[in-house]
Amino acid sequence: MEFHRSMSTPSPKGQLTRDEVAHLAHLSRLAVSDEELDLFAGQLAAVLDAVAQVGKADVADVTPTTHAVPMTNVMRPDVARPSLPRDVVLAGAPAAEDDRFRVPRILGEEA
Amino acid sequence: MTTTENITSSSAADLSQALQAGELSSVEVTRAYLDRIAATDGTIGAYLHVDADAALEAAGAVDAARARGEELGPLAGVPMALKDVVVTEGVPTTSGSKILEGWRPPYDATLAARLKAAGTVLLGKTNMDEFAMGSSTENSAYKVTRNPWDTDRIPGGSSGGSSAAVAAGLAPWAIGTDTGGSIRQPAAVTGLVGHKPTYGSVSRYGLIAFSSSLDQAGPMTRTVLDAALLHEAVAGHDPLDSTSIDSPVPVLAESARRGAEGDLAGLRVGVVTELGGDGHTDGYEPGVLARVAEAVALLEGMGAEVRQVSCPAFDLALPAYYLIAPSEASSNLARFDGVRYGLRAGDDGSRDLDEVMALTREQGFGPEVKRRIILGTYALSSGYYDAYYGQAQKVRTLITRDFTSAWDDVDVLVSPTSPTVAWTLGSRVDDPIAMYAADLCTLPASLAGVPAISVPCGLSDGLPVGFQIMAPALADDRCYRVAAALEAAQDAARGHALLAGIATTGIATKENAPS
Repeated sequence: MEFHRSMSTPSPKGQLTRDEVAHLAHLSRLAVSDEELDLFAGQLAAVLDAVAQVGKADVADVTPTTHAVPMTNVMRPDVARPSLPRDVVLAGAPAAEDDRFRVPRILGEEA
Repeated sequence: MTTTENITSSSAADLSQALQAGELSSVEVTRAYLDRIAATDGTIGAYLHVDADAALEAAGAVDAARARGEELGPLAGVPMALKDVVVTEGVPTTSGSKILEGWRPPYDATLAARLKAAGTVLLGKTNMDEFAMGSSTENSAYKVTRNPWDTDRIPGGSSGGSSAAVAAGLAPWAIGTDTGGSIRQPAAVTGLVGHKPTYGSVSRYGLIAFSSSLDQAGPMTRTVLDAALLHEAVAGHDPLDSTSIDSPVPVLAESARRGAEGDLAGLRVGVVTELGGDGHTDGYEPGVLARVAEAVALLEGMGAEVRQVSCPAFDLALPAYYLIAPSEASSNLARFDGVRYGLRAGDDGSRDLDEVMALTREQGFGPEVKRRIILGTYALSSGYYDAYYGQAQKVRTLITRDFTSAWDDVDVLVSPTSPTVAWTLGSRVDDPIAMYAADLCTLPASLAGVPAISVPCGLSDGLPVGFQIMAPALADDRCYRVAAALEAAQDAARGHALLAGIATTGIATKENAPS
């Protein structure tokens, strides 16, 4: 399935081709237009050029920081709380049916 | 004494006192703000949503409770505004995005619930860059917000609706959120006080997430004391936020009051070389550096010991941030799938979920949000992860180490809040890199999770300059102490608060001018 396709050959740092932007947009579920592809490819190449500077840091033996607060395994008592009323939640949904979120079909024709 | 004439220029602390003393009613105060919003927000554009009836009803309820002799907290009856990233039950919440247009959330964010319980009166929801991505509020999907000091200029961002509202007298104070500087930079360019609390000290429950390891809500106010009071009202442990710190909030308002006495003897202040110091002045306006140098001299005059401190990894804060934040955003914004809330596009019965999702997101997100989602997806892709996201996380460690070693020698670090004063609307919208540079000085504290405040330090070319004070994690009280000392010294020298100058330079003249 295309969704799981990994990126093809990595391009040199600071480069991001129009095709790569199109592929990333697809992975991100963004139906971008041709005009946006042209615009974003140029802008993202410039941004990528700037952010690639992180590569200059000497990070031998440096552990990554995922989070500023060193916390692990935050526990709380497993007490049941009332959930939000179903009708209130569904009132915010773009489409609801039979007390549920209504979604477009999930499987493609070929499935 | 606060009278009806100066309600909209009073500090929130003064309004609180007048309300408690019975000199003003909450309805009077609330109506004064609503009248001013009606008269001037057409020009400023601070609010996305104002519900005058609901505000007056809430104010009336506080007045009635006070008349009955009920025990009320100090903030009861004081109006406030919330950035539209804060989820509010039954009140439209968009995060500045079309994808959430018309959504009325079924619950309150913890900070909104706390402010409601304290009896504050919600005036409305303020404009912002879409999903808090931006430094000028021009990425809002809805409207332009103008800087009250000069309505041709940006109010900063992403909390630009909050900054413009408070600076223009359209709210006594407001809540903003700060991921890379979005409280501090808009506060700086509008002459306000803005504080980004220690990460984890204000609950993120009910804040629409941008970059979860960085997002933090905080106060945007006219005075340092107000910021401390509003911060105290929203801070504290929340079991609904698993990153919430379970430890007491330091005494903030009292630190501000003590700081205002002007004695900083023994305080060790480090001026960060990499943020506008020798060899690092590229991109910084001379006027900004001059005002900051004067502020440092004022601190020294109050007894502080000042030294230069080098934090070499800060040079890489900007690239690290613009990898980490988009990466987290690309994941966080996956929740906007056109199923549970907000927009759904292209659901004509023939398209499957993936196609509808892609069309919904294409139609619902603006260009900056799309750019960041694409960049984040790239930085997290297999084959690129180590070089980009992984490397940025290691740089984050280096930045934290620079802070940690600085705290061996100094109590606070200082710098400009932003390299420039407010720029002209439209001048950076086509250049993401120029826009990102506005965050140069605010990003290190965001990445390390330490508290940082922006306090006004004068004008350059008639526009406000912000002074940033950073402190160790959980030592937010130091930010308030030093900021209050600086504010008091400057107000005494100037003879009035900086914001008082806005009446002659900004909104008063512009709103009378023909459009």
